Amino acid sequence: MIPEVGQFSLILALCLSMILATLPIIGAYQNNFLWMSMARPLSAGVFVFLGISIAILAYAFVTDDFSVQFVAHHSNTLLPDRYKLTAVWGGHEGSFLLWTFMLAGWMLAVAIFSKSMPLEFVARVLGVLGFLITGYILFMLATSNPFDRIVPLPPVDGADLNSALQDFGFIIHPPTLYMGYVGFSVVFAFAMAALLSGKMDAAWARWCRPWANVAWAILTLGIALGSWWAYYELGWGGWWAWDPVENPPLITWLFGTALIHSLAATEKRGVFKAWTVLLAILAFAGSLLGTFITRSGLLTSVHAFAADPSRGFFILAILGITVGGALLLFAFRAPLMKSEFGFDLISREILLLSNNVILVVAAASVFLGTLFPMVYQAITDDLISIGPPYFNAIFIPLMALLALLLSIGPYTRWKRTSKTYLVQQLGKVALAALVLGVVLPLLVTRQISLPATMAVAIGLWILLAMLQDIVNKTANKATRLKGLRALSFSYYGMQMAHTGMAVMLLGVALTSSFSSERSVLLSPGQDVGLGNYVFRFDGVASVNGPNYIGEEASFTVFEEGEEIAILHPERRIYLATNTPSTEMAIDAGFLRDLFITLGERKEGDAWSMTLYVKPFVRWIWLGAIFMTFGGILAAADKRYRRLRRKQTESNRSQGKSNTLGGELQASS
Amino acid sequence: MSKLKFYLPVLGFVVVAIALWRGLYLDTKTLPSMLIDKPLPSFELTSVDGSGVSNSDLPGQIFLLNVWGSYCLPCLIEHPTLMRLSEEGNIPVVGVNYRDRQDLAIDWLQENGNPFSFSILDESGRFGIDLGVYGAPETYLVDADGVIRFRHVSVLDETVWQEQFLPAIAELRAEGT
Amino acid sequence: MSSSGTFVNRKVLLLIAAIVVLLASVLLPTTAHSQVDTFDFDTNEQQDRFRTLSDELRCPMCQNSSLSGSTGGVAEDLRREIHRMIMEDMSDGEIIQFMFERYGDFILFRPRLTGATVLLWFGPLLFLLIGGLFAFRIWRRARQISDSDTQLNKSQQDRLQALLGEKT
Repeated sequence: MIPEVGQFSLILALCLSMILATLPIIGAYQNNFLWMSMARPLSAGVFVFLGISIAILAYAFVTDDFSVQFVAHHSNTLLPDRYKLTAVWGGHEGSFLLWTFMLAGWMLAVAIFSKSMPLEFVARVLGVLGFLITGYILFMLATSNPFDRIVPLPPVDGADLNSALQDFGFIIHPPTLYMGYVGFSVVFAFAMAALLSGKMDAAWARWCRPWANVAWAILTLGIALGSWWAYYELGWGGWWAWDPVENPPLITWLFGTALIHSLAATEKRGVFKAWTVLLAILAFAGSLLGTFITRSGLLTSVHAFAADPSRGFFILAILGITVGGALLLFAFRAPLMKSEFGFDLISREILLLSNNVILVVAAASVFLGTLFPMVYQAITDDLISIGPPYFNAIFIPLMALLALLLSIGPYTRWKRTSKTYLVQQLGKVALAALVLGVVLPLLVTRQISLPATMAVAIGLWILLAMLQDIVNKTANKATRLKGLRALSFSYYGMQMAHTGMAVMLLGVALTSSFSSERSVLLSPGQDVGLGNYVFRFDGVASVNGPNYIGEEASFTVFEEGEEIAILHPERRIYLATNTPSTEMAIDAGFLRDLFITLGERKEGDAWSMTLYVKPFVRWIWLGAIFMTFGGILAAADKRYRRLRRKQTESNRSQGKSNTLGGELQASS
Repeated sequence: MSKLKFYLPVLGFVVVAIALWRGLYLDTKTLPSMLIDKPLPSFELTSVDGSGVSNSDLPGQIFLLNVWGSYCLPCLIEHPTLMRLSEEGNIPVVGVNYRDRQDLAIDWLQENGNPFSFSILDESGRFGIDLGVYGAPETYLVDADGVIRFRHVSVLDETVWQEQFLPAIAELRAEGT
Repeated sequence: MSSSGTFVNRKVLLLIAAIVVLLASVLLPTTAHSQVDTFDFDTNEQQDRFRTLSDELRCPMCQNSSLSGSTGGVAEDLRREIHRMIMEDMSDGEIIQFMFERYGDFILFRPRLTGATVLLWFGPLLFLLIGGLFAFRIWRRARQISDSDTQLNKSQQDRLQALLGEKT
C-alpha cells in the first residue's frame, strides 16, 4: 500500500510541475500577476511531493519490502542499515528519482532566494525548471518506475547491493555529484529566462553568478569524491579512467568553469553576453548527456546501469526538446544581445576569453573522444577504443596552457592593461618559479627530473603570483591586516579556487611521475622494501562481517627503521551473491599514500600482494576542496546580499507589477 | 554570415542528436574477429584424450571450431545443438578446451556426451589468444582450406544455427571450397 | 537581514562537510577489486614497460578497463604474454602488433592513426584553431567599439558644444 502512495505522490508532483511549466511562463508574457506568483508555491509543492516519494522508497528499503522490484534487486535482509538507505540510489530507477528530487531542491532554493529578482523573471526561471521536472517525472512513470511491484510472488530475500557499492564513497559521491550536476539546470533556466524575455543586462549576470558559482563548487566536489572513491575502490592506484560515464560530468565542469569566468566579464563589462548564454546551455546539455550515456546502454563502462534502449529514446527526446529548443531560441534572440563596451589586446577580457577558448576546446575534445568510438562503429562496423593515452595527450597540454595564463588574469585590468606593468610584476615571479622548480626537486630527490621541475614551476608560478598580488593589494591600507579585511569574498574566492587548481596540478603531475609499486609473494614474517619504506607481512586471520566472511592480513610498515603504520587489507566473500572482493588498506598522508592490495593465498602460507607508494596523491582532492571553498566564498560575496537588500526594498515600494528592463536601469 | 553564425550551435546539436540516436541501435558488446579470411593459427598441442594433434589433423572440409570449458554454463546450453550436428555428420565439430583442467574436461564430456571429433587441450589459453578468443563459448566456421570465415560469440542455439551459420555455409559451398 | 545569515550558514555547512570528507579519507578502511600477478623481470625498465603496456591495452572481456586493472580470464593470459614477450626482447611496437593481430583496434586504448582517426587526433587542434579564430574576431570587434568609445558621437558633440558655450 505504501509504495503505491509513493507512486501517487510522484503523479501529484507531475501535475503540479505541469502547471508550473505552463501558467507562470504564459503569465510572464501577459503580465498576469496571479499566474506568475503561482510559481513559488508550485515549486514548493513539487519539492514536497518528490520528497515524500523518495522518503517512501527509502522506507521500503529499510523495512525490507521485497515486493517492490527495485528493492528486491538492490537490497538484502543482511545489508547494513546505512546501505539500505543509500541503496535508494544503487540502481537506475532510484538514482533517477534522486536526480529529480535534487532538481526540485534547487528549484525550491531559487524560489526562496529570489526575493530581489523581478517576479516576471522568477516566473520564467521556475517555469523552465518545472518543465524539466515534468519531463523527468514522465520519464520515470513511463520507463523507470521505482515503485513497480513484483506480483504475484515477491522474493523472500533480495539480490543484495553490489559489493562495490557497500562503501562510504557510495554514500556521499552520487548525491554530491547529482547536486552539482543538476545545479547547472538552474543556470540554464536563468539563460532561458533571458532568451524568453529577449533582454539581458548586467543585472542578469549579477543574479546568475552566485548560482553558477555554487553549482560549479558542488560539482567540483562531486567529481573529486568520485575520483577519490575510484582510487581506493579499484585498488590499483588509478584516480581517473576517462571512462565514458566519468567524462560527461567533466565536460559540464569544463563548460561550467568557462561559464563562471565569462559571467564575470558579462557582469562587470557587459561583454560576451550571447556567449555566456550559450555556455549555460552547453553546461546543461552536458548534464543531460551524462544521463543519456549512463542510462541508455549506449557505451560500455563499469558505471553504466543496465541497458534499455527505450530509456535512451526518451532521454534523447528530452535532450532534443530542451537543448534543441534552447539553441533554436538562442539563434533567434542572441543576435540582439550586443556587447556594450570594447577592450584592448592586453586586458582582463582577453585573458577571460582565452580561458574560455581553452576550456571549451578541452570540453569539445573530451566529448569527441567519448563519442568517437560510437560514430566510428556506426560508419565502419568496427570497434575501436579510446582511452587514457588519447585523453591525456590532449588534455594535459591544454591544462598546462591554462595554468600558464591563470596567473596573469588577476594582474590585468578591465579594458586595458599596460604590458610593461605585467612584465614587471610577473617577470620576477616567472624567474622565481623556474629557479625553485629546478632546485626544490633536486633537494628532495637528489636528481634532476623534467616532469617534477615543470610541475613545481607551474604550481609555484600560480601560487607566488597570487601571494604577490595579495601583497600588492594590501599595500595601501594602514595595516596589512586591514588590507586583508578590505578584500572581498569574491577576491578570496578567486584566489582560493586558483590555489586549488595549482595544488591539484601539482598532485596530478607529481603522483603520475613518482608513484611506485611492487607485486610480491610473501610468507608471514617476510618483508620487502619499496621506496623509503619496508613492509613486513605479519600473518592472516579470519574475519566475519555482517554480510560477508573473509581473511584479514596484517602488515607493519617501517620508515628508516621506525614503525609508522599497521595495515589490514582483506579478501572478502559477500554471502548473498558469493562474490569475492578485495579490501585495500591505505596509510594516507599529506605527502604520500602507502597502500597494500591482497592477492591470493598461494602454496603453503604465502600470499601474493601488491604494495604501492604514491606521493602527493591527496593533493589532487585537496586542490578540489580548495576550489569548492573558493566557489562558495565567491558566491557569498557581500555585493549579492547588498543588491538583494536594495532590490527587495525597491520591489516593495514599486508595488505589484515588476518588469525586467526599466526598473533595473534605475537601480543599477 | 553574422546572423547565420548563431545557428551553428543548433545545427551542431542536430548532428550530435542524430549520431546519438543511431548509436542506440549499435551492439557495442560483440568484438568482430580479426581472423576472418585468415588461416587458422598453426598449433602442435595435445588433445583432451592425450594424443598429439596439429593442423594436419583438422578435417579437410568445412567444419566448426568450438571453444568450450567445463566451467562454462552457456556451453552446456549449446551442447544439444553441437551433439545433433555431430550425430548428423555433415559438419564436423572440433573443440578447443579453453583454460580448463584436463581431468575436469574428460569428466564433462563423459557426463554430457562428446560432439567433438577431437578437442584441443588449451589449459594455458595460449591457443585461445592466437584465435582472439575473449570468453567461452565461441564458435568459428572454418572452410576446407583451414581459413576462418565466420565467428559467433556466445551460445550457438538452433536459431543462431538457422539464421547465421546455414546461410554462411551455403555461401561457402557455392564458392566451391 | 536574514538573507545574509542564510548564506553564511550554507557555507559553514559545506565547510563542515568538506572537513568530514577530508578526515574520512584519512581514517576509513576501503574496498577494492584488483589483480595481483607476481612476474619477475631482469631490469626496472622491463618492469616499467610491462606496466605501461598493461595500462595501454584494454581487457577484451571487461567493461572499459585496462589489462592492469582487470581480474581473471583473458586479461591474466594477456599479461602473461606481455611478460613473455618482454623477456624475449620484443619491442613495444611488436607487442602491440601481436595484440592488434588477434584483437583488433578494440584492444588499443591509444587509437592508431589511420585515415579514419585523423579527425580524432587532429580534432582538438582544429578546435583550438577555430576557437582562436572566433576569439580573434571578437577581439577585433571589441577593439572597434573601444576606438569609437574615445570619439564622441554627433549628439554628444552637440552637447559638449552647448556646455562649453554655457561656460564661457
